[in-house]
Amino acid sequence: MERFESLDFYRIDDLLTEEQKMVRQMVREFVDEQVLPDIEQHFMDGTFPSEIVPTLGDLGLLGANLEGYECAGLDSLAYGLIMQELERGDSGLRSFVSVQSGLVMYPIHRFGSQDQKNRFLPQLAKGSIIGCFGLTEPDYGSDPSGMITNAVADGDSYILNGNKMWITNGCVADVAVVWAKLDGRIRGFLVEKGTPGYSTTLQEGKFSLRASVTSELHFQDCRIPKANILADADGLGGPLSCLTQARYGIAWGAIGSAMACFDCAKKYALSRIQFGKPIGSFQLVQAKLAEMASEITKGQLLALRLSQLKDAGTMTAQQVSLSKRNNVYWALEIARSARDLLGASGVTHEYPVGRHMLNLESVKTYEGTHDIHTLILGHEITGIPAYK
Amino acid sequence: MKIAVCLKRVPDTATRVRIGGDGKSIDPADVQYIISPYDEFALEEALLIREKAGEGEVTVITVGPEAASKEVRTALGIGADAGVIIQAEVALDPRQIACALVGVLKDRGDDLILFGRQSVDSQGAQVAALVAREMSLPFVNDIISLEIDGAKVRVGRDTDGGREVIECPLPAILGCDKGLNDPRYPSLKGIMAARKKPVETVEAQPVEASLETIELSLPPARPEGKIVGEGPDAVSELVRLLREEAKVI
Ligand SMILES: Cc1cc2nc3c(=O)[nH]c(=O)nc-3n(C[C@H](O)[C@H](O)[C@H](O)COP(=O)(O)OP(=O)(O)OC[C@H]3O[C@@H](n4cnc5c(N)ncnc54)[C@H](O)[C@@H]3O)c2cc1C
Repeated sequence: MERFESLDFYRIDDLLTEEQKMVRQMVREFVDEQVLPDIEQHFMDGTFPSEIVPTLGDLGLLGANLEGYECAGLDSLAYGLIMQELERGDSGLRSFVSVQSGLVMYPIHRFGSQDQKNRFLPQLAKGSIIGCFGLTEPDYGSDPSGMITNAVADGDSYILNGNKMWITNGCVADVAVVWAKLDGRIRGFLVEKGTPGYSTTLQEGKFSLRASVTSELHFQDCRIPKANILADADGLGGPLSCLTQARYGIAWGAIGSAMACFDCAKKYALSRIQFGKPIGSFQLVQAKLAEMASEITKGQLLALRLSQLKDAGTMTAQQVSLSKRNNVYWALEIARSARDLLGASGVTHEYPVGRHMLNLESVKTYEGTHDIHTLILGHEITGIPAYK
Repeated sequence: MKIAVCLKRVPDTATRVRIGGDGKSIDPADVQYIISPYDEFALEEALLIREKAGEGEVTVITVGPEAASKEVRTALGIGADAGVIIQAEVALDPRQIACALVGVLKDRGDDLILFGRQSVDSQGAQVAALVAREMSLPFVNDIISLEIDGAKVRVGRDTDGGREVIECPLPAILGCDKGLNDPRYPSLKGIMAARKKPVETVEAQPVEASLETIELSLPPARPEGKIVGEGPDAVSELVRLLREEAKVI
C-alpha cells in the first residue's frame, strides 16, 4: 500500500513545535511499520494485537500526558497527536491506549493514594500490566447514575456485587477501575485480577472495534482491601472527569480515522478509471472529497483549540462534548463516503475504510453517545437539562 | 569510545517532489523532511556500540539549514548525546559538505565516524569517502556488520554473491548499509530529554563549489498500458508487439 499522506489544508503544522512534530512522526512510523501490516487480520480474527503492548510502553505512549511515575508529561497537543496517529491505525488500538491512559492511569493519578500510585502507575506506563474501566452496566448505559453495582464496608474490606458490561480490555486487564455505590454515593475501586468473586466474560460477535477486547465483569461477594478505594473520588463527578480525559483523546483520534479514509479515497479516486478517466474527474466524486477535506480541517481546528484550552486549565466538559460529538460524527460520515467512493473495493479488507467505518460506530456510541452529547450541549445552551 | 554520526536531512521518501522555479532544485513547499534512512543505521550502530561498552559519547553532525535542528533533535530523541549543526542555507556540493564536516571532525578526536552508505536524495555516496581522504583515515562503505576489537574494527559487507570481511585500525570511517541493525524509534522520554541535550550551531567554512547542478527534471510520465487480448490467443500478438514495437525481444 502507498504511504499515508496527512491532510494539512490550513497549515496547522506551522503551529506545532518541533517536539510535537517529532512525537507525531514517531507514532506515525510505529503505526505504519508495526500496526498496519497485521491489523486487518486481527480485525477479521477478532483479536487484539497484544504483541505491541510492550512497545507502546517502551515508546512512552501509555499515560503520556501524566507527570511522574515513568510518564512523559507531554502537553495536550502532543498527546492529541498521539491519539490521532494511533486511531489512523485502528480505533481499537486507540481505545486500548485511551482506556489505559485516560480511564485507568488518570483516576489513579488524580484520585488514588500515594501507595496506589507507586504500585500501579509505573507498571501501567510500561505496559507490564493492563487496566480497564468499569462504569457501564447491562441496564445502565447513558444513565450511569442509576448503577446497581454496590460496595459494602465489612471490617478491613469492601464487598462488591454487580455486573459491568461493554468493558474495553476487561478480560485482559490486571487491574479494573470499578465504579460502584457505597452508601448511595458512586465511588471508585481497584479490583485486581484473581481476586475471589471477580470474573470476566468475553463479549463476542461485535462487528465493530473487533481488534479490541470487550468484556463483562462480574462481582459476586468480591472482597477487596479497604486500601483499594480511590479515596478522593466521591460521586458521579469522579468517573465523568475520567471520561472528559478520554473524550478529549477521542476528538483527536477521530481525525486520524477520517484522515486515513480521506487519504485512501483520494488515491483511489485518482487511480480508478471509469468511463475512460479517473473517477476523481467527476464532479460528484470531487464533491465527496471536498466535503471530507473541509470537515477534517474543521475538526483539526476544533481539536487544536481544545488542546490550548486544556493546557490553560480552562477547558470545560461541554467544550469536550462538542469536539467529541462533531469529530466522531464527521469521521463516520467520511468513512461512509469513502466506502461508497471505493465501490465494491470499499467492502473488502484490501482497503482500511470499511474497518474504520465499522469501528467508528462504537466510537460514536461509547464515551457518551452522539445524542447524549447533543443533550449536554442543549443543557449548556438553554440551561434546561433534557436527559429525563 | 567517542563516535560521530554524520547525518543528512532529506525529503521524506514518500514525498512527491516538485521542481522549483529555478529548474535546478526541488520546491521545498509542503515537503516533509526526515533523517536519511541509511543514516539511521549509522546512528543505531553508534548507540549499540555505546550501550555494549557501557560508556562513550555519540554526537550527531549535520550540514544543512537551520531547520535541520528537527532531524538533529530527533536523533537526540533516539539517543544521541549531543548535536552539531553546520549551518548552510544553500545546497552545497559533496566536496563543500565534506570540507564543512572535516572542519568540525578534525579536532574532535573521534574513534569512529559513521555515515549512511549514501543519502537517499542526491545518492552520490561521495561525502564519506571525501572526508576519509581529507582526514587520511581508512574508509569502508556498505557495511552490514561491525565488531570493535580493541583498537581495530572488523566489518562485513556483501559483495556480488558473497561476503567480505575487512579489518582496519581505529579511528575509521564507515558507511552503514541496510541489514546492519534494526533502528529504534525515539521514545517520548527520549524526545523530552532531547530538549536538555546540547546542540551547537557553527558556520560552514566557505569552500569553492566544484560541481554545479544545471538542471533537474522529473522522470517522464509512464505511457498508458495496453491490453492486447485475453488468454492463449493473445500470446502471438503480445510477442509480435514486444518484438516489433517495444523491441525488447
Ligand atoms: C466497543 C465498546 C466498548 C466500550 N467500552 C466501555 C468501557 O471500557 N467502559 C465502560 O464503562 N463502558 C464502555 N462501553 C459502553 C458505552 O459507554 C455505552 O454503550 C454507552 O454509554 C451507551 O450506553 P448503552 O449502550 O447502554 O445505550 P443506551 O444508554 O441504552 O442508549 C441507547 C440509545 O438511546 C439513546 N438515549 C439514551 N438516553 C437518552 C436520552 N435521555 N435522550 C435521548 N436519547 C437517549 C442513546 O443516545 C442511544 O442512541 C463500551 C461500548 C462499546 C460499544
